[in-house]
Amino acid sequence: MIEKGTDHLSVGLPKHLGILMDPSMEDFLAKVHKKAIAGWKLGLSESFFRKILFVAGGFVLVILIAIFLSLVVASIPAIRHFGIGFLFGTTWDPVKGEFGAFPFVIGTLFVSLLALAISTLFSLPISIFLGEYFKGGAVSTFITSVIELLAGIPSVIYGFCGLFLLVPAVRALEIKLNVAPYGVGIFTSSLVLAVMIIPYSASIGREVISLVPSDLKEAAFSLGATRFEVIRKVILPYARSGIFAGILLSLGRALGETMAVTMVIGNSNFIPKGIFTPANTLASVIANEFTEATGRLYLSSLVELGLVLFMVTTLINILGKVIIRRMGREGK
Amino acid sequence: MKEPSIRKRIIADKSFKAIVILLSFVSILPMFFILFFIIRKGISVVDWSFLTHLPKPVGEIGGGISNAIIGTLMLIIISTTFSVPVGVFAGIFLCEYRKGKFASFVKLAIEILQGIPSIVIGIIAYVWVVLSMGFFSGLSGGVALGLMMLPVIITATEETLKLIPDSLREASLALGVSYPRTILKVVIPAGLSGILTGILLSIARVAGETAPLLFTAFGSPFMNFNILKPVNTLPLMIFNYATSPYPDWHTLAWGASFVLIIFVLGLNLFTKVVTRKWKVQF
Repeated sequence: MIEKGTDHLSVGLPKHLGILMDPSMEDFLAKVHKKAIAGWKLGLSESFFRKILFVAGGFVLVILIAIFLSLVVASIPAIRHFGIGFLFGTTWDPVKGEFGAFPFVIGTLFVSLLALAISTLFSLPISIFLGEYFKGGAVSTFITSVIELLAGIPSVIYGFCGLFLLVPAVRALEIKLNVAPYGVGIFTSSLVLAVMIIPYSASIGREVISLVPSDLKEAAFSLGATRFEVIRKVILPYARSGIFAGILLSLGRALGETMAVTMVIGNSNFIPKGIFTPANTLASVIANEFTEATGRLYLSSLVELGLVLFMVTTLINILGKVIIRRMGREGK
Repeated sequence: MKEPSIRKRIIADKSFKAIVILLSFVSILPMFFILFFIIRKGISVVDWSFLTHLPKPVGEIGGGISNAIIGTLMLIIISTTFSVPVGVFAGIFLCEYRKGKFASFVKLAIEILQGIPSIVIGIIAYVWVVLSMGFFSGLSGGVALGLMMLPVIITATEETLKLIPDSLREASLALGVSYPRTILKVVIPAGLSGILTGILLSIARVAGETAPLLFTAFGSPFMNFNILKPVNTLPLMIFNYATSPYPDWHTLAWGASFVLIIFVLGLNLFTKVVTRKWKVQF
């Protein structure tokens, strides 16, 4: 290891080398050496450079703490005024100055869980498809690229397409089912959201399924098990916690998704009565009302919704990552 | 217990495989639906005057999206200026001190930062920039997007630098090159392609963001080069026009979606191709 903080060139050329070299060569080397030292001296010193690195790393930490503190500080008026009852208050009425988050908490849970159920129905087969049936080759590359592109489409475009393609279809379905034909609502948003989160749970699911040790699979095959039986009795039980973590991480994403949901959920501030009624999620109510929020209490109530969203998604993300990390260690 | 016959087991196996393949293909259908509709409805709208003209008020025919294109590029430049220096240095930090306790905290912070919903980032930029300056501005939108780019750039830098073999840096140090020079002139250039890929991907990620811009960049119908004034971007424009009740504006929104999707997916594809070519290999 080279010692910290020393300028390696200023140590100088070893003197005994001069004996072996002709004088002109020695002159040349000395010149180069001098130039080199002048060059290095202009550069950063090592300790200063290391300080910059630490500052850059620490900066990220500071940003995160500042984000949390700003959210807390900005929502203090609401926290003071409503206390913990904020989460359970069932009325959100800006005119009367009454702010309760319960309709949005319910709306968020409804939409996200329904979306999660729908997307798992598709992401699990994709994970098996890519992790077991078609591990490589053209088909696998094709599906993987399409799914990656799916993840890259901006959420406002999902919302736009949902609004103009899905809403009329859902409205027709609602007329057939004899419920109020809003078109927009929880069901529509869950469908859009489900499509949006498929890539996340699928990519994690694929990874954990391909982590399953092949000797376990081979043992089962050699006992005469069919592929289906291997998947059901060996792969899925082994990858269970990882698949769960993937679903958890996509839940974190679903909870915070804003634009697509805002455009197709119908924006109603009441507790939803069924899956076909309009509602609002935590994120969509912030998106809708933030710019028109007048008054300190109104604004800080909206920020508090953001704080709730921040804490819930952070918790879910950390939990998901911990599960995946533990699974990765076991797999090794 | 009675075992199912071999015939039944084979049928179960075959039908399971069929179901898996069927569901997998069904779930990539939305991608083609979306692309198909955006292209069909958008391509007839997009022409040269659409790209170079300002939007017109309701009722007047025509109008374009030039201000939104300029605004999107402006915000990308602002956010990149913020996030690239910090991101790259933080990435170097994580790679150089990966065993330290402090680094593990930083890493956790990055993971949390990455998971923060975009609307919350919008609130933060509003509280930090808009409230303290007193008006909506492109700058605040740039800050919001910069915050979203940061974790992507840091992770990409760290992952790339980890792949650079120690022998390279040891060779440089052994030649007497100082530590900062070794990092800046040997390690970083060796991993430059990976870092650039990360930056491009982060741009692709934020170029389509709407939620953090709703109450920061805010949107405007005018051409504006001043970063201290409200700025229009493509996603904001799509949102505002799509949720408006006017069919003319819906048409404009389809055109804007077409441009946006070409830009974002093009950037993604370009990055993918480039990554394959430039991949850090040792």
